[in-house]
Amino acid sequence: MSMMNITIDGKTTQVPAGSTILDAAKKLNVHIPTLCFLQMDELKFNNMVASCRICVVEVENRRNLAPACATPVMDGMVVKTNTIRVLNARRTVLELFLSDHPKDCLVCAKSGNCELQDLAEYFGMREVGITGAMSTYRQDVSPSIIRDMDKCIMCRRCETMCNNVQTCGVLSGVNRGFDAVVAPAFEMNLYDTTCTNCGQCTQVCPVGALVENDHTWKVIDAIADPDKVTVVQAAPAVRAALGEACGMEAGQSFTGKMVAALRRLGFDHVFDTDFAADLTIMEEGSEFLDRLQKFLDGDKNVRMPIMTSCCPGWVKFFEHQFPDLLDVPSTAKSPQQMFGAIAKSYYAEILGIPREKMVVVSVMPCLAKKYECSRPEFAVNGNPDVDIVISTRELGRLIKRMNIDFAKLPDEDFDNPLGASTGAAPIFGNSGGVMEAALRTAYELATGETLPAVEFEAVRTLTGVKTAEIQVGPHTLNVGVASGLGNARKLLEMVQSGEKQFHVIEIMACPGGCIGGGGQPYHHGDMELLAKRNKVLYNEDAGKEFRKSHENPYIIELYEKFLGKPLSEKAHHLLHTHYFKRHQL
Amino acid sequence: MAKINSLAELQKKRDELQAAAAKTKNEKVIVNVSLATCGIASGGKEVMEAMKQEAAALGINNVEFTMSGCMTYCFAEPTVEITLPGKEPVVFGYIKGDKAKELVSKYIKSGELVDGVIPASYERIVF
Amino acid sequence: MVDKNQLRIATRNTGFIDPESVESYIAVGGYQALGKCLAEMKPADVIDLMKNSGLRGRGGAGFPTGVKWGFAAKYASDTKYVVCNADEGDPGAFMDRAVLEGDPHNVLEAMAIGGYAIGGNKGTIYIRAEYPLAIARLKLAIQQAKDMGLLGDNIMGTDFSFDIELKYGAGAFVCGEETALIASMEGNRGEPYTKPPFPAEAGYWDKPTIVNNVETLANIPAIIMKGADWFSGIGTETSKGTKVFCICGKINNVGLIEVPMGTSLKTVIYDVGGGIPGGKEFKAVQTGGPSGGALTYKDLDAPIDYENLVARQSMMGSGGMIVMDEDDCMVSVAKFFLDFTMDETCGKCTPCRIGSKRLYELLDKITIGQGTEADLDKLRSLSDNIKDTALCGLGQTMPNPVLSTMRVFEDEYRAHVIDKKCPAGVCADLLEFTVVDEKCVGCTLCARVCPVNCISGKPKEVHVIDQAACIKCGACLDKCKFDAIIKQ
Repeated sequence: MSMMNITIDGKTTQVPAGSTILDAAKKLNVHIPTLCFLQMDELKFNNMVASCRICVVEVENRRNLAPACATPVMDGMVVKTNTIRVLNARRTVLELFLSDHPKDCLVCAKSGNCELQDLAEYFGMREVGITGAMSTYRQDVSPSIIRDMDKCIMCRRCETMCNNVQTCGVLSGVNRGFDAVVAPAFEMNLYDTTCTNCGQCTQVCPVGALVENDHTWKVIDAIADPDKVTVVQAAPAVRAALGEACGMEAGQSFTGKMVAALRRLGFDHVFDTDFAADLTIMEEGSEFLDRLQKFLDGDKNVRMPIMTSCCPGWVKFFEHQFPDLLDVPSTAKSPQQMFGAIAKSYYAEILGIPREKMVVVSVMPCLAKKYECSRPEFAVNGNPDVDIVISTRELGRLIKRMNIDFAKLPDEDFDNPLGASTGAAPIFGNSGGVMEAALRTAYELATGETLPAVEFEAVRTLTGVKTAEIQVGPHTLNVGVASGLGNARKLLEMVQSGEKQFHVIEIMACPGGCIGGGGQPYHHGDMELLAKRNKVLYNEDAGKEFRKSHENPYIIELYEKFLGKPLSEKAHHLLHTHYFKRHQL
Repeated sequence: MAKINSLAELQKKRDELQAAAAKTKNEKVIVNVSLATCGIASGGKEVMEAMKQEAAALGINNVEFTMSGCMTYCFAEPTVEITLPGKEPVVFGYIKGDKAKELVSKYIKSGELVDGVIPASYERIVF
Repeated sequence: MVDKNQLRIATRNTGFIDPESVESYIAVGGYQALGKCLAEMKPADVIDLMKNSGLRGRGGAGFPTGVKWGFAAKYASDTKYVVCNADEGDPGAFMDRAVLEGDPHNVLEAMAIGGYAIGGNKGTIYIRAEYPLAIARLKLAIQQAKDMGLLGDNIMGTDFSFDIELKYGAGAFVCGEETALIASMEGNRGEPYTKPPFPAEAGYWDKPTIVNNVETLANIPAIIMKGADWFSGIGTETSKGTKVFCICGKINNVGLIEVPMGTSLKTVIYDVGGGIPGGKEFKAVQTGGPSGGALTYKDLDAPIDYENLVARQSMMGSGGMIVMDEDDCMVSVAKFFLDFTMDETCGKCTPCRIGSKRLYELLDKITIGQGTEADLDKLRSLSDNIKDTALCGLGQTMPNPVLSTMRVFEDEYRAHVIDKKCPAGVCADLLEFTVVDEKCVGCTLCARVCPVNCISGKPKEVHVIDQAACIKCGACLDKCKFDAIIKQ
């Protein structure tokens, strides 16, 4: 590859052709501030729109200033990043932003995580010299996401995420001039669109324009209510990232501290979604084997592949986008909803309280779970199985608000009976994890033999689309795993066209699976965080006494005492669901 | 329409068309009405219709009506260019009301100039 | 007297031939240039000829056409596109419409020549949907040309094929910017993207694409037929050929003109345009539309070409010329153009989206008498920074009306902010209607027409206008038969 010479602020280097000025500056350790720019190669996310103009630099022999993020290096280029002309221009751009931005950082969900706030600090803005009319839009509140376009800076990262990565096409630029803003078509509410509530837009929004619908005060109120029994469950991926939201280094398991923190917050019973993950495998694995047998017997009413249904973003995605495939996903509810159903039946019976007295709170890496728990089919007489969902970020906030010094907490264990899990459960948080967990159980149930090695390396990588052939007894299974909805679409189109006959497909809406969920601590474009969280969960699995869901003694007890057997009528009633055809716009 | 299969054929076609045009020019009065969007909006089509009716009423049969695009005289729309046989074309502007009929009854019929002549103020490239 | 200040090359046929008849075009030498290229010239020869002619883009920026074609020719690709930019949108500009409605085949022929030169065989005319007649005539012309083998497969029996389709713009001014135009053609939001890569390398569907303006194209068959030397013999050192302008506003001969580059503004205004109506004083002319600037009496003798206009904080633009006289307020003029660009910016980049609004607000503040001297500094520095940082040509030139009027009419701006007066008598908030005591005969007419009853006085006595209540409608001034009311 040909190399280009470039001099920035007097320092010279060589970069490959096609590099930008920003790339070269990074190489030279010259800091150029950016705002709209965001590149995450792992996700094929590239927001190089050059629209904010904060990164402008002076290029010799060029009439006007050039955006460093999007200007390719030409051989012999001479660039200056710190002249008065550049500083004045950047300051003007920033003042223009601030002149049309609410200065309500005190009550903004993004305060402390806001890239515009950081820039204002970086430039030492102590007053805004440019003033004028401000944009005003109505706030759009969905169960998962709050859109406050008064704060939108038109970086269009959300649009790139929603269209190019997730292929949902909900958000795009509308109107022009000062009224230009990112919005759903026809200014619909997010709730009425094909939005899957994946929340990836909130992960990339640099400001407070797209944030989660925060329920932390609802949780505090529920805990404080003496008439309520509070039961909390925490999803696998939360324990891999919670510490990041509490000022700790990523890459460690925070499970013990998380349990301790939940207990100190005042929850009456601290349980684990992992328990429900094992339960999910029992139901979904059995359903799979049942369907596979019928399929192999030539039953024309049975379609393969079976697809996982743990991810509510993915569920809403196929309900909108692939209505012809509604009978393909497993009917098993997600672990969150299985937990809620069991907590408010089995466990309420044990406690001897009516379900209305129990408040089930979920801590999820996910924003779609907030929507999922509000789906009417997951309620009994209007009483939802899961009452409140908070994200990992919100739990981090609660921990701080309640004066809990997270780093110094001891490691504690979950309560029983809904707190025990096998190694098959924590890996639900990683893309490929549900597949692996299901294969472990399906193998042993189908063959009656002990699985020689529980790790299925082929589905463990961080790639967006993974396919493998896996031998289960006499059957060679074609398995497919996708994370990110754009990748999911690719797999689904292969299914639709009949290009490949899959037997099992696992899909997670978020890149890397739940570890990269829309409710996780902000990654700010750092994809190495995902790899670190991924490792934590596989380590958690390796350290467990039992590695297969069907070995979980509390699950065995649940079936013996309450459900009967997998796919029993009671199991169907409590643990399975159905899907709805939804509009495509 | 017959296809043109070479440059030579195109040149032949041009020559034929030019010869036919020259013949028409010698024999007939040519009325060219400016009918771009602006000309139509200012009443160009009505002007053409009025002139046709007046010519018919006066029994003048050797008038060929044609149209063109913008004659560039926005200030004087509607505009009409009249070429009497063997003479230089003359552009008339401001053709409102009865002026259209007057162009026929005076200029076309007897060569009598009426108000509103716009002098040609340009040189035009031809090849 | 017949003056010959005009020379018509691009508009040579409009008004002469029947735009709905291909024979009419062939009779004036139509498609001869294309035939000549195909029969006698290699693509590289065509590009060299274009380069030597010195033809520059007539859409506004003035990029050399031959060079642009040369770039596109250089990149290997199975498909290349020739795009005709007919998204004419400057206020008061209609050159392209005139050419398309009057001489559509001329543009089609030029596009085919461009296709031959760069090695492309697909053409698209991006035309604004508000030009229905031009669209109808283009469609007819395309069909006629195809029927005669002058477009389509194997043109004039050669192995060169070229087809043209139409795409309609939905009324966004910014889509005249070539990258926004391409985005719009691809079905995306009409927004410019950052260059490089230039369209000549990766344009429509990422293929090499040349985007040429209607007027640029309209020159090309003539250049092929009459040669590069002929064309480069017309005009100035850096700007060759002619330029079509639409002169409108305070001018006697409102219309379309085509003059050689280098013609002085004085010639255009007084000789071709017939001067200012009503014996009023010439004040300024806005060239380049909302992206251009105001030229004034100081610039009357300047030869009109690309460089001279830029040096005067204006630009050639596509050819709108709006003439203003002593009754026009330059702050209001700048505000008018900012109002336009503020509305038309796509909103993609910050300086243009928010900056245009802020510039407009500052100007508005000045015209209602609330401006300060500090606001003038703000106007200037904000304008400079917007020019320096905006993403596309629209934003980079949007402050021009402000900067150019401030350059020459700073006194007028200062009168607004310091004396709170509008010297031209346009800004209503800064006007005062007063009665001249010596002239008032007490006829009471003014008091009777005043819609807010703010004029008082007994019959046959001097009347008085209550300034606090006056809404500055001017009804009294119009009615007074004794010139006893003045506005200042």
